[in-house]
Amino acid sequence: MLTKTCTIQNPSGLHARPATMFVQKATSFSCDVNLIKGTKKVNGKSIMGVMTLAAKKGDEIVLEVNGENEAQALEELGTILEHDKD
Amino acid sequence: MLCKGIAAAQGIAIGHAFVKVEQTLSYTRTTLEADQVAAEVARLKEAVGKTISQLEAIKQKASKDIGEAEAKIFEAHQLIMSDPEFIGAIESNIESEKINSESALEGVSNMFVGMFESMEDEYMRERAADLRDVSKRLLKNLLGIEDSLLGDATEAVILVCHDLTPSDTAQLDKDQVKAFVTNIGGRTSHSAIMARTMEIPAVTGLSDITEKVKSGDMLVVDGETGDVFVNPDQDLIASYEQKLKEFHEQKATWAKLINEPSVTKDGHHVELVANIGTPHDAEGADKAGAEGIGLFRTEFLYMGRDNFPTEEEQFEAYKAVAATIDNNRPVVIRTLDIGGDKELPYLDLPHEMNPFLGYRAIRICLDQVDLFKTQLRALLRASAFGNIKIMYPMIASLVELRQANAILEEVKEDLRQNGIAFNEEIEVGMMIEIPAAAVVADQLAKEADFFSIGTNDLIQYTMAVDRMNQQISYLYDPFNPAVLRLIKNVIDAAHKEGKWAGMCGEMAGEEYALPVLLGFGLDEFSMSAPSILRSRHLLTQLSMEEMKAATNEILNLATGEEIRAYIKENILDKL
Repeated sequence: MLTKTCTIQNPSGLHARPATMFVQKATSFSCDVNLIKGTKKVNGKSIMGVMTLAAKKGDEIVLEVNGENEAQALEELGTILEHDKD
Repeated sequence: MLCKGIAAAQGIAIGHAFVKVEQTLSYTRTTLEADQVAAEVARLKEAVGKTISQLEAIKQKASKDIGEAEAKIFEAHQLIMSDPEFIGAIESNIESEKINSESALEGVSNMFVGMFESMEDEYMRERAADLRDVSKRLLKNLLGIEDSLLGDATEAVILVCHDLTPSDTAQLDKDQVKAFVTNIGGRTSHSAIMARTMEIPAVTGLSDITEKVKSGDMLVVDGETGDVFVNPDQDLIASYEQKLKEFHEQKATWAKLINEPSVTKDGHHVELVANIGTPHDAEGADKAGAEGIGLFRTEFLYMGRDNFPTEEEQFEAYKAVAATIDNNRPVVIRTLDIGGDKELPYLDLPHEMNPFLGYRAIRICLDQVDLFKTQLRALLRASAFGNIKIMYPMIASLVELRQANAILEEVKEDLRQNGIAFNEEIEVGMMIEIPAAAVVADQLAKEADFFSIGTNDLIQYTMAVDRMNQQISYLYDPFNPAVLRLIKNVIDAAHKEGKWAGMCGEMAGEEYALPVLLGFGLDEFSMSAPSILRSRHLLTQLSMEEMKAATNEILNLATGEEIRAYIKENILDKL
């Protein structure tokens, strides 16, 4: 299992396009993907889960991946989280 | 009885009401035996599968009839239907509580809707509406209720309902629905936007129209004013029938011009061409009577993705447009115009204080030469398949034009070396949207094959006015004498060198601007496709010689207001 702490950079938070992009990308990996904010942990392959995190700009999110190709998943998904634009 | 609502989509409709009664999607909560659980989960999955394929069909129809942005809504719905947390929660509810799918769905859906609705953010509250829309669809499929909006109505009706979801609207058929009127909704709701694109008149926000109207009542809907007349008297119906007739006659007059050349009454020909954003739009432009494409914005190829489009992807897109706009009609393709208010996630542009005055368009391309070369290669290769012309955006000086042309030459040479076909005679022009370029248009005209005036930016830069700023919107005026003189200067400069001048800003399609631009000698008018026939109709009523004389007077007027008054009194009112 690998983890990485990412800070949300997008001014509108982890919403709309970034959330959709994240879920679509997460679903393309077979490893488990979770996002943790504070005490809340959600399935990174669930659009509802990701949106209910209501992550805003500046929030720290822990990205947790476990399974096949986890290193690549960590890298690519981390990049989406830290995008600073829609 | 007159009901006043919000004018959501223009047009007039006269017809019988079909009141859509909200179906009561009732079911009883049942408790399952342990051996029934597996079958219940299978039933849920089957309904989910059916829902996803219905959404696929709606998405396809929306993308064809309405647009890509609207089709994306249904992609989001599909994403919800394949969401492991949402569907998974329903499944585990069925298993743990031993209840039927309908009950489990309602519980889980309400929980998420409640969660979204309580959020501060408007975007999230809208997602609650999406979730309700898609949950209802799933529930209907579980209950085996047909997804039919109009029931057994046989004639074309005016649909009266509480609200139309985007998926309802996308499924409307113009042959069956003359108009729709709803209790709730505004002018900017998804349904209203879709109705305008589909040209279905609509009035929304009528609060209790479903209470006041019964199926079969006579209705007159005026999508221009937001008026809905319920069982009006014969006089009112007659007057609206007259209006409707005039509207159709006007459309019919315009439609006759679809294959006609754009010629003034004294025999002067100009080109009326279309602005498009996707290869798909080219078909619409062709059907709308366009004599070619005056502006193909290539940004769409770069947007909504994670990486730059390949040369091959671009080549296919450009070739497709050239194939649709056949018979050697011109297709002007603008190279990448990104930056300003348009961003790409994968092109890491710095945040700027003044993005409109910053690193954008040709400035990026001249800096990131590989990116530019890929596009130029694709454009040149596609030029072997049609009358493609290349246009650079945001050129500020002759130096930039020369730099861009030098890069183009390198790409051409490389293609020649590799024996790859392209049009050696390809025309290469530039947009005039920076005042500096308009001022030295005489010098630029020696080295550019054509000009196309981008009025939106030209006005903004000339008047130093942010076009989004409401407080100073009075300055954003295409008829300001300074703007008109610059435009005249650009057209004259092009003609002096034997080159042509076009315009691809919004101004080119405006009723008041057309006579003036004609008088200035503009050769090509590029506008949104629906404006083409209206413009051609106007053009056929004007005389080039008279407009030349009129513009001499117009150029001496001091204010935009005087100029508009002159155009109205001396030109448009006399037609």
